[in-house]
Amino acid sequence: MLSPMPTARKSQARFLVGLLLTMHGFFVVPWLVANAPLEKTMGIVQKIFYFHVPCAWLLMLSTFVCAGGSLAYLFRGSERGDRLAQSSAELGVLFGLCVMVTGPLWARAAWGVFWTWDVRLTSSLLLWLMLIAYGLARRYGGAGGRRLAAAMALFAAADVPLVYLSVNLWRGLHPTTKTVSSLAPGMRLPFFFSLAIFSALWGVLLALRMRVERSQARLVELELAVEDAEGKSQ
Amino acid sequence: MARCSWISQAARIAWKDLHIEGRSREVLYTMGFLAALVVLVFSFAFISGQEGTVGPDAVAGILWVAVLFSGTVALSRTFDRERESEAICSLLLSPVPRSAIYAGKLAATAAVMLLVELLLVPLLAALFSAAIWPHALWLGLLLLLGTLGLCSVGVIFSAALLRARSRDALLGALLFPIVIPVLLAASRATAYLLDPAAPDLDPALFWTRFLAAIDVVFVVVGVWTFEPVVTGE
Repeated sequence: MLSPMPTARKSQARFLVGLLLTMHGFFVVPWLVANAPLEKTMGIVQKIFYFHVPCAWLLMLSTFVCAGGSLAYLFRGSERGDRLAQSSAELGVLFGLCVMVTGPLWARAAWGVFWTWDVRLTSSLLLWLMLIAYGLARRYGGAGGRRLAAAMALFAAADVPLVYLSVNLWRGLHPTTKTVSSLAPGMRLPFFFSLAIFSALWGVLLALRMRVERSQARLVELELAVEDAEGKSQ
Repeated sequence: MARCSWISQAARIAWKDLHIEGRSREVLYTMGFLAALVVLVFSFAFISGQEGTVGPDAVAGILWVAVLFSGTVALSRTFDRERESEAICSLLLSPVPRSAIYAGKLAATAAVMLLVELLLVPLLAALFSAAIWPHALWLGLLLLLGTLGLCSVGVIFSAALLRARSRDALLGALLFPIVIPVLLAASRATAYLLDPAAPDLDPALFWTRFLAAIDVVFVVVGVWTFEPVVTGE
């Protein structure tokens, strides 16, 4: 039986609000960032922080949302959970790519090297690799690919604290994690605004990606229904 | 018929696999040969000049990379025998808890890997003059914990990849990012154990405990996910 296309007005309204907020943010965030005070030692280079940190936060969020969706799919058979997991994993790869581009750029300008085995850089890299592996499992995993990917997402979520701890202890470095709380007042507004806008963008992209997946699933249902009907009429 | 306990069911599944492996020794020989080759390849890559040896850090790294690479061969074959004639269906239909199947497969794969490691460690000691004997039991415990960590994740992936065409290529690609903490903890602890100049073994103890904690997390997630992963769509 065909499932009706969801006509939830509430979700459409939420989507529109998110879209407007994101579009508005595209104008406001660059202006706020441009007017934020310059950091004493790094100067203008530090401005990449307003893009780098939100991307890293979304990489982390994507991993946990992917695990949540995978949990619902694996244990309840929720197709929506599966779509949520896939969409958030793809967004995680996308925002992870932003982290992997902006991180080394910042590192080169601030520390003189493109890469250092800093705990946050290394943890982000591993998290990103896990999400890429999730995509590989889904695409090439054959008949059990979706279940394999879901298990992979759960292992990845369990792995997040272990990776962070192990890399931190491995390097023997204890970088302060007070960067955000020690921000100058003038930098806080652009940072948190940027964080909110990036999160809204993530939400909008997630909703769009899930809609594409839902439409694809419905298309397959329709194709099967047409084949069924043709088979009966012959 | 007397009801079997969970442990004896798991042990029977492990015994079945080990019995079949004992006859063909296919995985054991290929895995052992690959592990020895990995060690040799590293020797050629790392050793230069007259001294002819490398430090404990490198020896620990070589050991665990050899374990990881050769272990992938064992893990990719864990469910291979169940693929033929759809024997996996019979296994899943048998009145055995899925967690016992997982534990049995885990034990059998880990046993084969440990057997290879038993040959690998003396080889490393001979090639790099590594000090394995002062803390041989501790090293054995590390190998056991590290192997358990690798297998607990690998068995799940191997089961899920049963019907995938590119399962051999995929297994490594999926397994390696997840088991990085295992590799890190195991190689760090091994490096401290093999270092005769280490002032004390507190870091080795710390990493061993950390490895045990990772194992607990991975085995719990493994037991939890095995059933939905092997139950067909």
